[in-house]
Amino acid sequence: MAQLTMVQAINLALAQEMERDPRVVVLGEDVGKNGGVFRVTQGLYEKFGDGRVADTPLSESAIVGVSIGMAAYGLRPVAEIQFEGFIYAAMEQLISHASRIRTRSRGRYHCPLVVRVPYGGGIRAPEHHSESNEALFAHTPGLKVVVPSTPYEAKGLLVSAIRDPDPVIFMEPKRVYRALKEEVPEEEYTIPLGQARIATEGKDNTLIAWGAMLQPTLKAAALMGERGIHSEVIDLRTLSPLDTRTIIESVKKTKRAVIVHEAPRTCGLGAELVARINESALLYLEAPVERVTGYDTVMPLPKLEQYYLPNAERVTEAIGRVMRF
Amino acid sequence: MPKKTIKTFHVEWLQVLDERGNCDEELRPPLSDKEIQKLYEWMVLARAFDEKAFKLQREGRLGTYASILGQEAAQVGSAFALQPGDWMFPSYREAGASIVRGLPLKMVFQYWSGDERGSRIPQGQNDFPITIPVGTQIPIATGAAWAAKAKGDKIAVMAYLGDGATSKGDFHEGLNFAGVFSLPVVFLCQNNHWAISVPVSRQTRAETLAQKAIAYGFDGIQVDGNDIFAVYKAAHEALGRARVGQGPTLIECVTYRIGDHTTADDATRYRTEEEVREWREKDPIDRLKRYMGKKGLWDEAYDHKVALESREQVEAAVAEEEAIPPPDPRDIFRYTFAELPEDLKEQMEHLFGSDGRPNP
Ligand SMILES: Cc1ncc(C[n+]2csc(CCOP(=O)(O)OP(=O)(O)O)c2C)c(N)n1
Ligand SMILES: [Mg+2]
Repeated sequence: MAQLTMVQAINLALAQEMERDPRVVVLGEDVGKNGGVFRVTQGLYEKFGDGRVADTPLSESAIVGVSIGMAAYGLRPVAEIQFEGFIYAAMEQLISHASRIRTRSRGRYHCPLVVRVPYGGGIRAPEHHSESNEALFAHTPGLKVVVPSTPYEAKGLLVSAIRDPDPVIFMEPKRVYRALKEEVPEEEYTIPLGQARIATEGKDNTLIAWGAMLQPTLKAAALMGERGIHSEVIDLRTLSPLDTRTIIESVKKTKRAVIVHEAPRTCGLGAELVARINESALLYLEAPVERVTGYDTVMPLPKLEQYYLPNAERVTEAIGRVMRF
Repeated sequence: MPKKTIKTFHVEWLQVLDERGNCDEELRPPLSDKEIQKLYEWMVLARAFDEKAFKLQREGRLGTYASILGQEAAQVGSAFALQPGDWMFPSYREAGASIVRGLPLKMVFQYWSGDERGSRIPQGQNDFPITIPVGTQIPIATGAAWAAKAKGDKIAVMAYLGDGATSKGDFHEGLNFAGVFSLPVVFLCQNNHWAISVPVSRQTRAETLAQKAIAYGFDGIQVDGNDIFAVYKAAHEALGRARVGQGPTLIECVTYRIGDHTTADDATRYRTEEEVREWREKDPIDRLKRYMGKKGLWDEAYDHKVALESREQVEAAVAEEEAIPPPDPRDIFRYTFAELPEDLKEQMEHLFGSDGRPNP
């Protein structure tokens, strides 16, 4: 088995799905000859040609809009939005059409579309290149939201997203893109959407994270483990629909929870997770659920971003608080 | 009933100074010798800045940077036509225009080094901070022009944009509003032929970008963007019309991005060396230099002095910028609202650990 980065794993998933299903097409800005600004689509243009890997004019709204039309007609578009900060012009298409065409047409049409979008901070990128805006999509009924945390996860989840009959926002943690390698099978495998994964088992508390926040969360768990406190780490994988059962079962067992996300705190996905835990496991809790999040501010530029982004230290402090409560 | 032609349109091309420095004196804008030298000096400074920014990035002393190499005439010529009371809305590739407007060099370095204080445009300079989401500055510039008109101010607004930006909805919407309300705004499009790896032929089937103005009911003109006289003339006239209530103009400056898209890009992946070489021969600075030489406005000694002074200015700006202490982490919060709400104050306290040091 090959050791791959997340960029390579996603690239492999795209190539294999395009090979397998002629309906799969890739479109976006710079995805062709340039192979994408992160090289995620590298080699696809050479292999599948302009008809299936299209550099588009610079319009996020049209990239998503035409993809909806393609999907309704019978293709399986995988659109790339270059950075999360540029997806906003496409929000109308996503919210008013992609998410609801199945409902509006009472099932006559549906939208098997994947929008791939690199997200998140920690790579010292310019303005509008470091946000974590997953909650906007999770708040939109009818959109699925998937955030892989490792190369292996990314391949299996992307294949499922492409084969899914509904629109999926596939958010790629750019900070993880090349930061770690792991064994990724060449052979086909899928990871079902809507199922969280227990990344580490533990009995003392539950840590919930996704995407780029998984690594600092695992690190915090390891640090606390040395002190005899054993965290169960849940990698959420799919933010919508949420795997409530896995979360509740874990919290009932550990009785304490910490949620970690780099998005702003207010109305971040953490708030929804706390609500679900309260609804289904309140009487099991030994401490209020803690959130380690970004702040309710604009994402700062590189010189201040380390103060904004949650890190292992902030997570360990939160674990300490739920344990001491 | 036979079909008949009810409207025909034409698109003008303006060049004053050709590649060999030959000038059409009848078309030449009325600039004094001193002003012509000033244009030259701004372009040399802009290039010196650009070279240094690139080097600093490679040395790890600056973040991602978008080079203006090759676009000096389009930027300097257009910004030179602005008056201090005018407003200006730049994209991210406007270092040249911004310094002509008066932005201290050190602030341009500061912004690209990842320090937001570089976006605090000095009082009295009516420029917006640079805009990264492509084309989004266009309707905003239109709105500022609307406000100027509403208040009866005799100023003009200039919005800078690239060829790629013409594909955005914001371009259509911003220009349409400008036309409908006949607003004092000039849209200065630098068609540098590329939007990262996507050629302008992938942005539009139209033969020019200038002609897009026609559909909005106002003038569009295509100029040689490497000819600083043509750029200045077109901008000067368009701004003049805007200031007296004659509405908007779209100016397409045909130029070329000699460098990579940004320091994070590798243009050899998608374009030929040959194409770049062809455009290098149309260099905007060389062209003006040749003209000035013929007019006795340029000699080796002058050139040496201008180059030296530019480099010194740039080096001084770098030294100044690098001596600035790092920003206060509280700045993350300070500008969120006019007044910081209680819960944000609380979050701000979390920046600091129990030892009083910032958290990470
Ligand atoms: C809305 C939006 N989409 C994508 C990007 C990423 N991006 C940055 S610059 C660029 C190309 C812009 O080309 P153009 O308008 O021609 O300006 P140039 O860079 O050539 O000056 C792209 C796609 C962005 N900044 N904003
Ligand atoms: Mg361009």
